[in-house]
Amino acid sequence: MAVNTDKNSYTILFAIAMVVIVGSLLAFTASSLKPQIKENERMEKQQNILYALGVNENEGTGDIVFVSTKEVADKFSTNVSEQLVLESKDGKIISKMTRQEFIDSKDEGKGKEPYLIDVKKQQARAKKGESRFLPLFVGQQDGKTVYIAPIRGKGLWDAIWGFVALDENMVVKGTFFDHAAETPGLGSNIKQRYFMDDFYGERLLTEAGVFKGIAVAKGNNDPKNERKEDHAVDALAGATITGDGISAMIRKDLKLYMPFFQNLNIKTN
Amino acid sequence: MGLLSKKDAKLITDPLADNNPITIQVLGICSALAITADLKASLVMGVAVLFVMGVGNVVISLMRNIIPSKIRIIVQLIVVASLVIIVDQVLKAYAFELSKTLSVFIGLIITNCIIMGRFEAFALANGPYRSFLDGIGNALGYAVILVIVGIFRELLGAGTLMGYPVLGDPIEKTGVFSIGYENNGFMLMPPMALIIVGLIIWVQRSRNKDLIED
Repeated sequence: MAVNTDKNSYTILFAIAMVVIVGSLLAFTASSLKPQIKENERMEKQQNILYALGVNENEGTGDIVFVSTKEVADKFSTNVSEQLVLESKDGKIISKMTRQEFIDSKDEGKGKEPYLIDVKKQQARAKKGESRFLPLFVGQQDGKTVYIAPIRGKGLWDAIWGFVALDENMVVKGTFFDHAAETPGLGSNIKQRYFMDDFYGERLLTEAGVFKGIAVAKGNNDPKNERKEDHAVDALAGATITGDGISAMIRKDLKLYMPFFQNLNIKTN
Repeated sequence: MGLLSKKDAKLITDPLADNNPITIQVLGICSALAITADLKASLVMGVAVLFVMGVGNVVISLMRNIIPSKIRIIVQLIVVASLVIIVDQVLKAYAFELSKTLSVFIGLIITNCIIMGRFEAFALANGPYRSFLDGIGNALGYAVILVIVGIFRELLGAGTLMGYPVLGDPIEKTGVFSIGYENNGFMLMPPMALIIVGLIIWVQRSRNKDLIED
């Protein structure tokens, strides 16, 4: 090809053409795949909530196995009986979606369900001093009611988040943690089952009913995690900052749900 | 390899040993340190780089006569970045599980200097077919080292391979742990990857004296 590729005008034209071609190609890919990606993320959220509730296919594996994407919609509507939105200041319920309403809303209410509330956006609202909406999901585990709350915080490289299932006394009944970009083999192990399982039975409140949280502790000296009253689980080797991030998001985000649980216990007593 | 001429076959076999991108050219060290704490991550990263290098080298090679030399590095970067983003989007839409596993590697692929190095050194001067072979060869050479480092670090650091406990349970004290063996937590830290890569370089050069520079 006899083109003088050293000319400035050619360079500029080439750059412009490249930007236009690559830009439109990327824009086209992104917008045409967006609905599919959104749908995947929505199903993943349902799978995560169900996982924290204890609805999964872990049996017989040492790994985390979600309910399949085919079944997830059905299982979500049978197992999650209510989706609540709380007000962050006093824990009052400001909206409630029952199972039936959720099933009926499937066609037109897309995007409005409490489980699709973006915790990141709500945290940003709280920072600006506005009131924050707290989503909470009610389900049943072994015949008892458990409440599942989403939490979100910072790991070493990027965001970490999770779902924690609590009973009415704020004892942990299941967790699910995930991360955007923690180091493979180190911080990313928060997504391993042995780490999540450690939280089962841990308490968020002290005997006196004061909120204390659960620390991911290095000097815990309890590798099998038999002590459930120590407000600590064993840390992961080489993942101190990710572990601290888990402790921090449990302390900060779950504390906001305290008023709701207090109201709950006043009602039942 | 009956399909390839001797010269073409060398494009694939050379980077595997005597011209390995990591141990000889010392490129792509950053990702080799970051992700080799377990074997599965190393394998996934190897496959991802294999794909990007194969396709990227062909694309650059096809464009080699029309790329203005003043902005060629930027053009190469754009090609890698767009390839990686498109792959990421397609995986998110059609292989969501896989894309979750890959999440952290996507960014690392773009910054991998082996890719830029091969674009610059090979694809700009050679035809698409040979460029493709060169890309595959170098990616394989990269993957081999990653897997070796991954095996050592996961086995000695966590006592597992691909997540399966090979050496027994460190808490229940079964397998080799029953005779007093302990996991070496330091193996999981990035510096150990560098030391293992160093050991591989040592072994390789002591076996082939031609590789030693004066």
